[in-house]
Amino acid sequence: MIQCKTSKEIGGMGHSVKRKEDDRFVHGTGKYIDDFTLPGMLFMDIIRSPYAYAKITNIDKEAAMAIDGVVAVITGKDLEQYNLHWMPTLMSDMQMVLPTDTVMHQGQEVAAVIAKSREAARDAREAIMVEYETMKPVIDPFKALDDDAPLLRPDKEGQKNNQAWHWEVGDKEATEKVFNEAEVVVKEQMHIPRIHVASIETCGCVANYNKIDNHLTMYMTTQAPHAIRTVFALVAGHVGLTEEKIRVISPDIGGGFGGKVPVFPGYVIAIAASFLIGKPVKWIEDRSDNLTNSFARDYHITAEMAGTKDGKILATRMKVLADHGYTDAAANPSKFPTGMFSIGTGSYDYPTAFMEADAIYTNKPPGGVAYRCSFRVTEAVHAIERITDRYALEIGKDPAELRMQNFIKKEQFPYKSPTGWEYDSGDYHAGLELAMKTVDYQKLREEQKELRKQGKLMGIGLSTFTEIVGAGPSKDFDILGIKMFDSAEIRVHPTGKAIARFGTKSQGQGHETTYGQIIAEELGIPSKDIIVEEGDTDTAPYGLGTYASRSTPTAGAAAAIAARKLRDKAKKIAAYLLEVSEDDLEWETGKFFVKGAPEKSKTIQEIVFASYTNHPQGMEAGFEATHYYDPPNLTFPSGAYICVVDIDPETFDIKVRRFVAIDDAGNIINPMVAQGQVHGGLTQGLAPAMYEEIIYDEEGNAINGTLMDYLVPTAVESPNWETGHTVTPSPHHPIGAKGIGESPTVGAPPAIANAIVDALKPYGVTHMDIPITPYKIFKKLKDMGVLDKPITE
Amino acid sequence: MKREITLKINGEEYTSTVEPRTLLVHFIREHAMLTGTHIGCDTSSCGACTILIDGKSAKSCTILAIQAVGKEITTVEGLALADGPHPLQEGFKENHGLHCGFCTPGMMMRAVELLEKNPNPTEEDIRWGISGNLCRCTGYNNIVKAIKYAGAKMRGDELPSTEPEFVE
Repeated sequence: MIQCKTSKEIGGMGHSVKRKEDDRFVHGTGKYIDDFTLPGMLFMDIIRSPYAYAKITNIDKEAAMAIDGVVAVITGKDLEQYNLHWMPTLMSDMQMVLPTDTVMHQGQEVAAVIAKSREAARDAREAIMVEYETMKPVIDPFKALDDDAPLLRPDKEGQKNNQAWHWEVGDKEATEKVFNEAEVVVKEQMHIPRIHVASIETCGCVANYNKIDNHLTMYMTTQAPHAIRTVFALVAGHVGLTEEKIRVISPDIGGGFGGKVPVFPGYVIAIAASFLIGKPVKWIEDRSDNLTNSFARDYHITAEMAGTKDGKILATRMKVLADHGYTDAAANPSKFPTGMFSIGTGSYDYPTAFMEADAIYTNKPPGGVAYRCSFRVTEAVHAIERITDRYALEIGKDPAELRMQNFIKKEQFPYKSPTGWEYDSGDYHAGLELAMKTVDYQKLREEQKELRKQGKLMGIGLSTFTEIVGAGPSKDFDILGIKMFDSAEIRVHPTGKAIARFGTKSQGQGHETTYGQIIAEELGIPSKDIIVEEGDTDTAPYGLGTYASRSTPTAGAAAAIAARKLRDKAKKIAAYLLEVSEDDLEWETGKFFVKGAPEKSKTIQEIVFASYTNHPQGMEAGFEATHYYDPPNLTFPSGAYICVVDIDPETFDIKVRRFVAIDDAGNIINPMVAQGQVHGGLTQGLAPAMYEEIIYDEEGNAINGTLMDYLVPTAVESPNWETGHTVTPSPHHPIGAKGIGESPTVGAPPAIANAIVDALKPYGVTHMDIPITPYKIFKKLKDMGVLDKPITE
Repeated sequence: MKREITLKINGEEYTSTVEPRTLLVHFIREHAMLTGTHIGCDTSSCGACTILIDGKSAKSCTILAIQAVGKEITTVEGLALADGPHPLQEGFKENHGLHCGFCTPGMMMRAVELLEKNPNPTEEDIRWGISGNLCRCTGYNNIVKAIKYAGAKMRGDELPSTEPEFVE
């Protein structure tokens, strides 16, 4: 049970306060990027490459320019004059804004049309004649390092092959020794597919450059407005757009999930167009452009586990081949090219591990951004949770029992992992016990036995994961050199109502409600009296934005500490008003009272009013505080998930019968919102487990680049999620919270995959790559030659 | 090429000169300036643009504006009742049936017809009923709950609890 310290009227932490942002959304008055119309606004459309790898031999603008309403056609050669044809990615690689001579993936921007109407821009897009000379693309990352593979990035100095970088962590030799001597070693090759966040709103912007003032207002779909402003200043400072002349406004965002962190070429072209033409330019990405111009994941992982015959895990080893497309356009902290992949040693206690990764360039879209996960945690968790099940299968031990045997124990925290992390807290046994009790695990195993006798396929899958979120401590975490702190500014008005501004940016997480609850908890001002504002770089304090479940761990902490600064000030004012010493005062939510004389008190509202009307001489007037929070450590949410599937033995149709998710995100701000995050994250975990993958053919054509064939789960595929929680507060976080938005997306895929593989155990299946579809099962069994094998045990 | 048309949206007439190819969703958003109806795909897959035409839900990206001449069009801006929010608007808010809010107008407009045809739908009825509308944020649990709540309210039944339920 979640305990509340404040009354329902105050609405502090633990209350399921209804969301403030909902009124405008349910009345259709939210304001998303495509809802902006500025006077004289022009429309931009983008011509994209039909080929994966080709030389551009000619771009004929004439027919397009002849269309009524067309104002300009912009090519890479045009941008080259201003040195704006390339831009740095967040990973300090380079990405083309528009190509001058070569296209590197299908769907890459080739030229942009600017017109007075959306229709004219679309017509001109069709009328532009581009001539290409095609080349044989590099599609298979395993062949990218072959001797006969073309060098895809000759622009990079000293680049000899198609390897972008190599990374490793852990003790290679010690790990090798454990593996050589272990009683049991298991190994599986896994692919975590190339997928896309597919937020229902695509990306877009309205770039409004004002020539008279030399000022740019950039309305755009970004999860990180301040960081993006700095990137723009770095890219365009040399043409006079320095940072004080740029205002980024991120309005209501129709879903982000990591897909709205990077700077896409479309934004930069729109800015260039507005800069050159002097009018506002709107660009709204098409859905198919959205799905095929960025991606998440695409990790090929060789995962190995060494252990004893009776189930003690001794070591793990993982080797990754990361397909990054033609440039590394991920959005990881600078020092972590594989993000937080090194969390992949999991929730288990063993001293030895080694991990390495090689990033490869191919003729595919760039990316490697998140899909509702903290920097590659999903890939890591999938590998460790799958290989743990594989180990259990190998030694004939129940996977739940094996996990219980190997969990890091509650009293071992803070726990130093073999890859160098310090897990802050957790109670893994309690989570799994609750999940097992909820599904009645033993009874399910008995039922499974019975069903197998009848030739029926039923599987039970577990995932007991540890997340790593809240990046992060400034000694290790930065993006392009900017430390990953986050901020809160609280201003309380004379009448006791407040506005609070943050460096983060909600895309549906409910910050307008939950941040208010944190402040309400600390100050006793009712959360309904607090307006929360984000997404305007002119007014909000600098922050790194919302992704990687970092808002509560960083900006949420900043809110609590800023509020505590105000409470300290309030105490001084209360002492002055009550004519007592500060030591004589005690705080109770919403008021200070004199110890032993509770009738002598001042409410927070009275104190705030006094700060403007009757503050002590010598004290600064007003009631405002700002805090930039630099977390001392990351937070480590965890979860225990159990999935039950039934598979039709003839069609291999997979039905998720039950899914129970027990999360531990520390203290909960708003149970309703936290649960909503878990529900949504679970469906986004189901998606890559069973439905989603962007598939490329040998020529580099994306063969499912629309929502007709890229299968986002509907309400029918998505089961009724059952959720619960254990609460192990983070010891270093001011309000003991850990972050919740991404745990379910991270934890669900291996639970589902493990359930399906478990169902197929009678056939001898040990692993299947996600997304697991009926056809994939059919093909697997056929390839194994067991399609007709009776499945009764 | 262009011609002037008048469409009746939420009881008001909007006259504008449009190209024949103008989609109804573009008329609603860019001519009537009612931006509560959203666009999420180019293939009529997502349902973010769902509206009512003569009381029936339709994806407004699948219809030309000129085809809607003479019809009664209702968008999310016309959903609220004279004395307050529509039960669906209330249901979505009370049950946390939305996160980013982008799919919400389409989802609610679809649910209007669903509840009209089937005032007391089962969970399965609701799930199939909204299967033409994609939501990326909520995982659908609370959308189902929101629609059930709205159904109860419209039938005049006792309202179900809006508190989140957890396994314990």
